[in-house]
Amino acid sequence: MTHQTPKSDSATLDVANDRAQIDRAIEGVGASLERLAYDKASRFAVKLSLQEALANALNHGHKDLPPSVPIRLEYQITPDEVRISIEDKGPGFDPATVPDPTLDENLERPCGRGIMLIRAYMTEVTFSKGGNRLSMRYLRPDDKSVAATA
Amino acid sequence: MQSKDSRLRVRRIDNVTQVEFIDRNILDEGNIQAIAEEIGRLIDAEQQPRLLISFQNVDHLSSAALGALITINNKVRDRGGQLRLSNIDPQIQEVFVITRLTKIFQIHETADEALRSFKS
Repeated sequence: MTHQTPKSDSATLDVANDRAQIDRAIEGVGASLERLAYDKASRFAVKLSLQEALANALNHGHKDLPPSVPIRLEYQITPDEVRISIEDKGPGFDPATVPDPTLDENLERPCGRGIMLIRAYMTEVTFSKGGNRLSMRYLRPDDKSVAATA
Repeated sequence: MQSKDSRLRVRRIDNVTQVEFIDRNILDEGNIQAIAEEIGRLIDAEQQPRLLISFQNVDHLSSAALGALITINNKVRDRGGQLRLSNIDPQIQEVFVITRLTKIFQIHETADEALRSFKS
């Protein structure tokens, strides 16, 4: 009997500002990461970044829209990398204007850490379409490749 | 007083209020707000609150949860109290390091160590 690791997983989902839908989206990505043998640290990094990206899009991007208006989540997960994009229908924003939350003067601010955490955990992060579309890429660390554990 | 909908386990040990989370994931903004309000009431109930928050059961938390902890820390400080955090999973500890929140929180490996650190 042969046991093969699946080659890739992908999906496109519309996610409304509803905790059950958000949890299903994050758990769906988490399950794909497990199927593709990403380790605990990688799963933590991707799920945290996805949580923060969804919260930003829904709570900030869509703050003046009804909760039923969804954001569009797309992801492709292969054994080597994870690509996720999130597009909202809000007014957009300039990520360069978000203050650095790690500066001493900002440490006690209760908000503004989401984008910084995404940048810390993901390999590449880009904003496009006036800040409405966030694209994130996570490369599986070399020493944790599937080939090494096969 | 804990409500039946509480997301927390609360105990008093040696004049310290010890709080543990019931949920493994502290992500939902509504739940986080409810948790912050419940801890806020515990702080308000003390003259100089001594509060220990244990993350023993927690696997994931969001930046919104970090924000709530900062608000709790400010509230404890405003009342001349002391706040300690303990039992933080190494991956979550890394989040505190990346955000430099290790500079404003006193974090201990175990609840016992945290309890010993309170100044009388």
